[in-house]
This record gives sequence, C-alpha cells and structure tokens, in this order.
Amino acid sequence: MAAINLNPPPFPDPSGMHIPDGFINAPVAAIAWGITVVVVAAAVWRTNRTLSEKAVPLMGVMAAFIFAAQMINFPVAGGTSGHLLGGTLAAILVGPWAAIIVMASVLGVQGLIFQDGGLAAMGANILNMGIVGCLVGYAIYAGVGFFGNGRPWPRLAGAFGGAWFAVMTAAFLCSIELGLSDTSPYHVVLPAMMGVHSIIGVVEGFITAGAVAFVMAARRDLLEMPAQGPVKEAAID
Amino acid sequence: MIRQRYVMVVAVGLAIALLVALFSPLASSDPDGLEKVAEDKGFIDEGKGPPYEVIADYVFPWVDNEDVATILAGIVGVGMVAVIVFAVGFGLRAMSLRTPSSERGPPGA
Repeated sequence: MAAINLNPPPFPDPSGMHIPDGFINAPVAAIAWGITVVVVAAAVWRTNRTLSEKAVPLMGVMAAFIFAAQMINFPVAGGTSGHLLGGTLAAILVGPWAAIIVMASVLGVQGLIFQDGGLAAMGANILNMGIVGCLVGYAIYAGVGFFGNGRPWPRLAGAFGGAWFAVMTAAFLCSIELGLSDTSPYHVVLPAMMGVHSIIGVVEGFITAGAVAFVMAARRDLLEMPAQGPVKEAAID
Repeated sequence: MIRQRYVMVVAVGLAIALLVALFSPLASSDPDGLEKVAEDKGFIDEGKGPPYEVIADYVFPWVDNEDVATILAGIVGVGMVAVIVFAVGFGLRAMSLRTPSSERGPPGA
C-alpha cells in the first residue's frame, strides 16, 4: 500500500511524548519492554475473562478517536506543542484493563507504521503513555467519582484531574528513563519535562473532561459500564 | 437489542474520529514537549531515525499535497487501529464466552 523507504532521513521526529530510538539505552528499553509485556498480558487475561459485549465496540471507537486526536498538536507556551495522550479517557469509557489494550494497539501502530516513537523504545512508550496513563488516570477518576457519589461535577473533576496526573506521571517516567540512560541528567530533564507537561496536561484534562461530559449528555449509560475490572469480579463472587 | 444500540455508537464514534483526522493539517508544527526539551537540553541528536519508513510523520507517500497526505495518513491510521482493536476485542470476547460461565460475568453485563 505505502512505499517502504529503506533510507529514511537520520533525524527522528518525536511527537508528543513518543520516545525515538536512541534516547534511551538498551537496558532501560529492555526493562520497559519487560514490564509492558507483563502488564499487557495481564490486561488481556483480565479482559479475556470479563470483557462485556458493550466494551468491544467502544474499544475500537476509542482507538480510532485517540489515534486521530494524537495527530492534532496544539500550541502551548514558548513555541512548544502538545497533543492528547488519551489513556485516561479510554480508561474512563472502557475500563482500565481494556484501555491498556487500546493504548498498546494505538502506540504499536504509531511506531510500526507511522514511525512515531522508536521500536526499541516502544515498550517505554506503551508503559509511559498507555499503562501508567490508564491506571493513574482511572484511579483518580474512580476515587474522586466515588467520593462524589457519582454526581456529574465530581466525575468531570475526576476526569480532569486524572488526565492531568496521568500526563505528569508519564512525563516523570519518561524523564527517569532518559536519566537512567544518561541521555540527560535528572536535574535538567525532570524539571523541563514536568514544566512543559504541566501545561500540556491541562489541555489533556479539558479534552478528557469535555469528552466525558459529551458522553454523559449523549449516552450516559456508556459511563455506567466500566465494570471490566475488579468491581465486576466482586459481583461474580 | 444491544447490537443495534451499539451500531450507532460505533458509527458516531468513528465519524467523530474521521472528522478530527480531517483537521490534522491544522495541527501545530511547533516541536512538542519531549522534542522541545531535547532541543533545549542538547540531546536531540541522540535520537536515531527509524530503520524503515511506511507513513512516516503522518504524511502519506506519493501524494504531493501535504494537507491531503496528512489527512490520508489520518484516515488510514484511524481505520487500522479500529480494525485491530475490534479484532482483538471480539477475539477476547469469543474466548471469554468459551470459559466456564462460573468464571465470567453475567451475559450482556
């Protein structure tokens, strides 16, 4: 279908927080790949047992939306841009474990077909933006929603906060990986990454809360279903 | 019927995704978070280019108009991830239906 260029320009074009090959060294990439494989396998195992029929169409739609949304870089301060990561949004709509599968699929296609994010670094990218984004974002959303008794505004606040913290956690992990690889010292890369992503995270928060508000207004039932996780297991027993 | 109710969700969801993809040429071309930090902190040259390119940088090859090439790349990517995740999801769903009912959730839940 597409031309496979075997002599690409040497210069990578990292997008969002997608780490290109070369930014992290082999041991860090290998450890990240190891964690990612284990967690994605766990996600498959969990969803395999508990995936509801409703969740599958939503998973496909979420993957499509996140792929498209990640192409839209919005300008933030100082000649920098950012784009949605989407892990929190996916987790809110399909549950954290199914969302990990969605994010791993999107990031895998981006790396393999669109040369966005390295191949050796793909494990780290899935770990940072997929796994951690889904779990951290969902934990905060579910926690705030629980204390808000499921009322709309606490839920939206939880979606915003979850998305912001998910971006910050991803930026933190990315910085640690760069530091461990001796690519950039922690005291340099950590504040720089956290600083710029604290702004990108606000946009992530607004998009996530906005999308949740849209679903709340259009199809509230879709939000009552993130029961692919531990909640439903409890119900089975 | 669950199936019919979800056809609409898929149709509207995919339409939104494709609509977003149509706006992709308007995306900011400024360096993004990690790229900017890498430039500012002097480690951008550590990056290695990919070993091969298919639709690199979200520009569909063989199309001269860059806006059209970007939109095409977006449509291809949207379709590709949707098909992959539908396939994985229905595969997992089929597997979960084969596990003993005592180990899975109530039908249609």
